[in-house]
This record gives sequence, structure tokens and C-alpha cells, in this order.
Amino acid sequence: MPLCRKIALASLVAMLLCGLPLIAGESQTSIFSPQSAPARSIVSISYFTLAITGLIFAVVGGLLVYVIIRFRRRDTDDGSEPPQIFGSTQIELSWTIIPVLIVTVIFLTTARVIFDVQDAPKPKSALDVTVVGHQFWWEVRYPGSQVTTANELHVPVSSASAPTPTFIKLTSADVVHSFWVPELAGKTDVIPNRINELWIAPEKAGLFEGQCAQFCGAEHALMLLRVYADTPENFAAWIHQQQQPAATPQSDAVAQGRKQFEAQACINCHAVAGTVANGRFGPDLTHLMSRDTLASGAMPNTPENLAKWIDDPDTFKRGSLMPSMHLTRTQIDQITTYLVTLK
Amino acid sequence: MSTLPISVPVTETHLPYKGRVAMFTLIAAESAIFTIFVVAYIYYIGQSLSGPTPREVLDLPIFNTIFLLSSSLTIMLAERALVRRAMGNFNLFWGLTILLGAIFLVGTAREWYKLITVDHLTISTNLFGTTYYSLVGLHALHVIVGLILLTAVLIFSLMKALRPEDTKRIEVLALYWHFVDCVWVVVFTVVYVIGR
Amino acid sequence: MSESSMPLPGRLPEAAAQGTRADALGNIVEILHDWVTTVDHKKIGILYILYSLTMLVAGGIEILLIRLQLAGPRLNVLSGEVFNRLFTMHGTTMIFFVAMPIFVGFANYLVPLMLGVRDIAFPRLNAFSFWMTAFGGLLLYYSFLGGTGLQGAGTAPDVGWFAYAPLTERAFSRGHSTDFWALALILSGFGSIGGAINFITTAFCLRCKGMTLFRMPLFVWLMVVSSVLVILAVSPLTAAQAMLLIDRYLGGHFFDTQAGGSATMWMHFFWIFGHPEVYVLIMPAFGIASEVIPVFSRKAIFGYPAMVAASVSIAFVSLSVWAHHMFTIGMSAAGNAFFALSTMIVGIPTGIKIFNWLATLWGGKIRFEVPMLFSLAFLFQFLIAGLTGIMLSVAPFNWQLHNSYFVVAHFHYVIVGAILMMVFAGFYYWYPKVTGRMLDDRLGKLHFWLFVIGFHVTFDVMHIPGILGMPRQIYTYEVDRGWGTLNFIVTIGAFIQAIAIIIFVLNLVVSLFKGKIAGPDPWDAWTLEWTTASPPHAYNFDAEPVVYSARPLWDLKHPDDPD
Repeated sequence: MPLCRKIALASLVAMLLCGLPLIAGESQTSIFSPQSAPARSIVSISYFTLAITGLIFAVVGGLLVYVIIRFRRRDTDDGSEPPQIFGSTQIELSWTIIPVLIVTVIFLTTARVIFDVQDAPKPKSALDVTVVGHQFWWEVRYPGSQVTTANELHVPVSSASAPTPTFIKLTSADVVHSFWVPELAGKTDVIPNRINELWIAPEKAGLFEGQCAQFCGAEHALMLLRVYADTPENFAAWIHQQQQPAATPQSDAVAQGRKQFEAQACINCHAVAGTVANGRFGPDLTHLMSRDTLASGAMPNTPENLAKWIDDPDTFKRGSLMPSMHLTRTQIDQITTYLVTLK
Repeated sequence: MSTLPISVPVTETHLPYKGRVAMFTLIAAESAIFTIFVVAYIYYIGQSLSGPTPREVLDLPIFNTIFLLSSSLTIMLAERALVRRAMGNFNLFWGLTILLGAIFLVGTAREWYKLITVDHLTISTNLFGTTYYSLVGLHALHVIVGLILLTAVLIFSLMKALRPEDTKRIEVLALYWHFVDCVWVVVFTVVYVIGR
Repeated sequence: MSESSMPLPGRLPEAAAQGTRADALGNIVEILHDWVTTVDHKKIGILYILYSLTMLVAGGIEILLIRLQLAGPRLNVLSGEVFNRLFTMHGTTMIFFVAMPIFVGFANYLVPLMLGVRDIAFPRLNAFSFWMTAFGGLLLYYSFLGGTGLQGAGTAPDVGWFAYAPLTERAFSRGHSTDFWALALILSGFGSIGGAINFITTAFCLRCKGMTLFRMPLFVWLMVVSSVLVILAVSPLTAAQAMLLIDRYLGGHFFDTQAGGSATMWMHFFWIFGHPEVYVLIMPAFGIASEVIPVFSRKAIFGYPAMVAASVSIAFVSLSVWAHHMFTIGMSAAGNAFFALSTMIVGIPTGIKIFNWLATLWGGKIRFEVPMLFSLAFLFQFLIAGLTGIMLSVAPFNWQLHNSYFVVAHFHYVIVGAILMMVFAGFYYWYPKVTGRMLDDRLGKLHFWLFVIGFHVTFDVMHIPGILGMPRQIYTYEVDRGWGTLNFIVTIGAFIQAIAIIIFVLNLVVSLFKGKIAGPDPWDAWTLEWTTASPPHAYNFDAEPVVYSARPLWDLKHPDDPD
């Protein structure tokens, strides 16, 4: 195949590859669909960087293609050696200076965004949340409201006129994790014996998904994150509901279930506000049924899944640190009956 | 191979002795290793959650340091004697170097004995214990290796097996010994001066 | 005894052809013994290369299994436990037991020949270094035995190739998997340092008459720079791994966060090794490019002194960029800004090298032989890799891209698209020198095109899941993330590359018997290795060469126009 055709073919393939993002379909976790101020700052500097690197690619790549075509040995070549050129100070100087200028521009822009995002002032109206990473779930606390939940955060929507960003303090109870919800902000690592902070300011209500972004062990892949941005009213309602102690049993079956729950070792790891259960090793279950998923996103929160999970966590998440308690069918059903009332 | 016109002179290249270059390279690698242990030590100063602190349990090892650093002097004198082929003096100063190094090791051992039995400081006690024993221990390990090699050379010398071409090899070994002493200067400063 | 230093199949000593079977067995034992106890740089070089190729296959199988598991969402081809072991082994194998030793192998074979000397500075240290490296790899792979058996992939390390603490502490990493990782790499680390001492000493102390430092082939320069980085970078890794073992076995607290220890300290120590390490890997590839591209454009390298200066600058600056792997750990804005700057700066001398190669091609007469095909692909792909590197150096952009498949795509673009590409180029270029026969040209071109196509199908596409939020080191992913089709395409490309590698290995073996006889200088090249027989005699040169420039053969072939 002659060289020109090869190059044409390669270009066609390259163009096809560029169209691939369309195959991605609707993505909830694209870094290029920012819904919050930090994510937006990142997107603008990303586009700027892509533009510059794209230009460099076009120029240098184009030169490479040109050189390959123009200076290929022709069939009519006489076998002589071309003129030997060992260097040129002028040329070498210019192609040193131009990259230095490019780097200067990129660096100055970068530095500005780094400081803008990291050292952003914290308005009085900011919400404080603490997230503690565990193997393989997220503990979520609202210190100002005495609320503790797990895996799913609710935060208020924030607008330019009424800013209510959420400042999240991050630390770990065991190994290094990383908190990443691409549409809201860049990721920040969650490190034991260290407190990091990140802030988000979701612009519209909705669900924003993410997951742990630092390998943390067996079930790193299933340590998912859900951030619900609520209107201020909905957020207040949610907080209010989370502040309530656990629902008291309204029937004998449920009361029986609660007795069973408290008789088992469950209460050593889990807490249910207003009861004797006050374990801190596992997620707080006070409002378990207010969450959409179980086991940090591993499966939807349905009674069937809950029963299966209690029976044997390995079904869904083999490396999960919750052991199977080898309960009988009856015991599992009773406990499930109780837990599904914890709204 | 050289079929060029004889008018082109061959460029003279002075090539260094390979043992010396290799030893400098090895010293660079070892320095990198020690640097990491020193950085860990410095980073963890004052960070221990409990247990003995340096101020409480460390005494300045003045004599130990004098002994070790003097051994750099004696090894230098030994090298000078070797160059002059004054083997009697060489054996004397080289042997003194080994003796001084051994005394240093005994001093370290006594210090550790006291730390472990009296102060209850071990490598697992706290951050100070971990970083202290690791750093000082790594250095002591290098002293031991040095002493073994120095002793081998002394034995060769006493057996009258040292030839003139061994002189530069022995100088390279002395270079290693000087490095070990330099590391002690750093360890001493970081652990016993800054860290306390 | 035969003249050649490498007994070729089909040319065993006469006794084997004529004698009894017992004699033949005895000869095989003799040959094996010769190879196991050799201190000859050429044989040791071949040992390193064969070892690396074996490990390449092992690491390749690991990644094919991984790609099968990731080809669709929530598949069950492998359990999470096995997956985590496989990706840890894949990364550790490819970096420490393929990419590093293969270049040490090339360098071992070529450096003395290029310098016009008989052997490397310390032949016995050389052999020791090889066996340490080899044993380290064997220890690493021994980990597949034990634990709950092979279906659970034994007790192979499962903490990721950078083994972050405190996941690697006793509390979170029970059993011996982490110990295998640490010990195997400490051993091979001694091997690497020994090799580095050897190359540095050889270049500074053993050169033929007239060969000043600035007349050494660029490949030798780049091996020296790579070796200096090994000295300065592998040592910190060894220190950190020793600290980890102290924690695990002596109750130390270096990385024990419960006792006040620091998880980020491990990260700093690891990346102080980890970043210069990638330059350790690419410098020799640069060196091969600077040998192959001039010969196949029929022009001297453009700007030899600048190439040396750029390489040294890259090495120097590379020691200051490590925390660009840590932009998300919560460093201060100033800290992040510093590392962003240093990382961008390192791109400058790197770009200069690309321009110099382009300028070498300019005005030349480019011959599209297989070594050059790989070199041209290298130039194009390294350009892209460098540009995605610039993207990653922009710290805020990095806050999104870090630990995603964008990074995986970036570094594979460098390691496979640039480094492995030049390994292939080096094979096709120097195989004739080592074996006396040319590699088959048609198989070579098939290998090239198949591999380049597979490479782009996999690694061009792989950037996209990263942009769409897919983290790395995950054994599966949700159906509704939109990553399924892209991952499927990536997997296809991996298998295409695997087929290309099979063709390559076939070529290596078949050409040993059927390849065209090469002669001493099949490419019309200019450095000293092309003056020896193919393969060279045991003692390399009949008489010590005398050189008057960086291209001694050019001077001989063009007495009217010497350098």
C-alpha cells in the first residue's frame, strides 16, 4: 500500500476514535459535565490545556508526518548520503525558548486555579460535613445537626446569589481512600491520621454519583458514593428527619425483630439512635430505609436484598468486613422486618 | 582500525581508576538510603504518642564519636604508610582503625542495652524507638561490614600477601570507611543534637 | 572451541553431532553450566533479555485475564480477590522484571562493544546482579503458590504495585503477600544497583583509544544517565521497603497511623523512587532512538551535545517532580504549585529531544525498515504521551484525572507506545549482531502493524472511561456508568497486541534457524559494534580500536568527509 494511502487510513482511524465519546452515552460521572464551582474551574483550565496541547500536537505531529513523506528515500535514489548536519544553535535556541514560554503561560494559569479552589474563602452559610472513610463504606456526619448516616450525603443546592457550599472534612478510620464525585469537584484523598478538606457547591438539585478513587483493599470497586443535592426546603426536611431517633416498633412482629436484632452481635458494630445499639464499626442504621442503596451502592435497598445481605454479605461484596452471623431463616426475617421500619 | 591520515592525532583520554568510580557510585546509593532514614527520623521528631522521649533517655555519645572519628585519622595515616611501603606502620595504624571501630560498636551496644533494659525503649515502643534503632542500627551495620573488610585486609597484610597493585584497592576501601564516619556525623547531629 | 561466543542451535560442537547420546547430554550440561556461571557481558545480556521476554509473557497473560474481567460491567470472570492480585503482579512484573532488565540486557551486550572494550568494568558483579534480579522475580512468582491455592491466585501480592501504607501494614494485609512483594523487590533492587554501578564505571573508566565522553554513542550516555537515576531512586525504595518490613516484623511504626505514623510518608518515599523510575525506563529507549533514527535517515544525530544536556537535565529535574503523583493528598496550594511547575519544566528538555529527532529526519533519506517503523511510531506516540503528561501536570485537571483510567492510558502510552516500541526497534536492529541472522522482514512488518493497531484501539480509547469517571484498580464497575462498550473495545485491542507479540516471538525463534545471514554491518551503520563479527568473538575486538569521532565507521567509509 503506498505511503499516502497508509497515512489516509491512519487519519480516518484517528478521526473515528475521536468520535468515540459519543459511544459513552449518558454518563453521570463525566468530568466534563460540571455541576459545581470547583468542577467548573477545573473544566475551564482543562479546556485551556487541551487547546494548547492540541495545538502542539497538530504542529509537531504535522511536522512529523510531513518529514516522513518529504524525506523518504525515493526508488530513484542513487545511494549517496545526504548532507550531514550536526546542529544549529539558532534553531535549538528557538525551540528551547518557545516551550519555556508555553510552560510559563500554562503554569501561571494553573497556579491561579490551584489557589482559587484550595484557598477559597468559606462563607458563614457553608454547611460542615465530616466524611470518614472505612473499608468499604463512608461514614457521614453533620456536626452542626448531630446527624450521622452512611454512604449517601445530602447537601443543599448552592447558588451565586445565596451561596451555601458544603465544606467536607475528610479522614479515614483505616487505610487511604479517596472521595471523588466528578461532577461536583476533583477528588481528595481520605487519609488516616490526617484531615483533608474539600468543598462543593451543587448548582441544581439531583443525584451526583462517584466512588472511592484510591485502592483500599478487596472491595475498593464497590465503595460507591451518592451525593444528593436538595433544595433548601428539602434539605432542611431531610436533616430534620435524620435527627429523629429510630422509629419505635408499631407491631409485635417488628418488636420481635428489634429484640432479635439487639440479641445478636449486630449492636457491636451498628448504631440505632434511641436504642441500646451504639456500635461504631459499621454504618449507622437509624434511618437505613431513607437510603436508596445498601452496602455503599453495591445493591438497591430492598427488603429482599437486605435479607440476603444479612444472611451472607459475601453474596454481594466478598471482601466486606461484615461477617455472616449464620442466622436462621426466622432470625433473618425478623431482623429484616424490624430494619425496614427504620425510615 | 586506524586508517585515517596519520596527521590526525589521537585524543588523549585520562581514564580514572574503576574501583574509585565504583566506590563513589556505591556511596551515592548508600547516601540515598541513609537520607530516607534520616528524613523519617526528622519528620517524626516530637510525634510519638507515648513512651520515652529522646531528651529523657539519650546521652550525648561524646567518647564513642571521638573514637569513631579518630579512626578516620588513623586510616589516613595507614594509607600514607602503605604508599611509602612502610608495612609495619601500616599494620599498626590499620589495626588501630579496626580497634577504634570495634570500641565504637561496643559503645553502641552498651547504649542500646541501657535503653532496652532501663528505659524500656525498643523498636516497637513508639515512633522515636522505631526511627532511632533503624537509623543508628543501619549505621552500625555499615560499621560491622566495614570492620569485616578491614580485618580481612589486615590479615592479608600480616600474611605478607599485599602487593603494590593492592594499594589503590585499599584506598578505595578506606574511602568507604570515611563515608561511614561521615554518616555518623550526620546521625549524631540529627539524633543527639537536633532531635533532643 | 567455536569462535562465536554464543553457541547457535544447529551448530553444536562436533561431538554432539557425531557422538553418543550420553555425549550429547554431557554437552548440553556443559552448555548450561557455561551459561549459568558466565561472567561474559554478551551472555549475561542475553540472559537478561530472555528473562525479560519470559516475564513479558507472564505479565501479558495477567493483563489478558484482567481485560476479560473488565470487558463488561459486573462480570464474574475473576473474583475481586484474584483480580487484585493480578493487577498488582502485572504492574510489578512489567516494571521491575521486564522493562528494567530488558534494557540492562541490551546495555550489557552493547555497551562494551560500543566503547571498543572487551567487557564491562566488573564482570562478576555483573553476573551477581543478573542472578539477584532473576531470583527476585522468581520469589515474586513463588507467591502464586500458597495461601488458598491457585484458584485464589495463591498468596500473590494484592496491594497494588505502589503498595500504599497502611494497607500494607500487618493489620490490613494479613498473610505473606505483601512480604513477597517487598522482599522480591529488595533483592532485585540490589541487582539493579549493582548493574548501575557497573555501567557508570564502564563508561567513565573503560573506553578505547580516542573515545572521549562526547564521542560515546548516545545509547551509552543514556544508559549512564539511567544508571545514575537507578542509584538515586531505587535506593529510597529499598529503604522504604525495609521500613515496611520493620513495621511488619519488628513491630515498628514507620507507617502505622494508629501510633502517629504517616501514610503520606510512604507515598513521598515511594514516589521519590517512582518518578525517577519511569525515567530509568525511558532513557534507554531514548538512547536506542538516537542510534536507530540517524542510521535510517542517513544523517548524524542533530545536536549531539544538546541531546546529552537535555538527557542530563531531564534526569536532574525528574528528581524534583515526584509529588505530581500526590496532587490529591491535601498538600498546600504552594506545594501543589511547585510540583506542577517542576513537572511542566521537565517537559521542556523532553520536547527538545523530540525536536532533535525531527531535525535528524529532516533532509535525510528515510529508509522504512522495521527498526525505523517502530522508531517513527515511537516519535508519534511519545509526543501524545508527553502531551497527556502536560495535562496531568496541571494540578486542578489532575484532581479529576488522578487514579482514573486516563492516567492508566497515559502511562501505558509511555511504557508501551514509546518504551516497548523502542525495545522492538532495538530487537530488529541488533538481533543480526547478536545472532548473525536478520529477523524476517515480512513477519516484522506484520508484527509492527498489528501491534500499532492493537495499541491504538486499546490505549486511545482507554482515555475516555477515565474522563467519564472510571477509577483504576477496580475489579468491576456498575452497569449504568456507561463504561461497558469502551472497556470492551479496550479488551479487543489487548488481544490484538497479544497476537502481535506471538508473531514477534515466532520471528525471534524462526529467524534463528532461517534468517538471512547478516554479516558484520547489515544496516550500513556507524558505531563500533558494527565493526565486529556477527556474533562478535568472545573477546569482541582483535585489537583495541582507535576512534576520532562519535561515528568511527562513518569516518572509515567516508575518508573524504569524516566527522
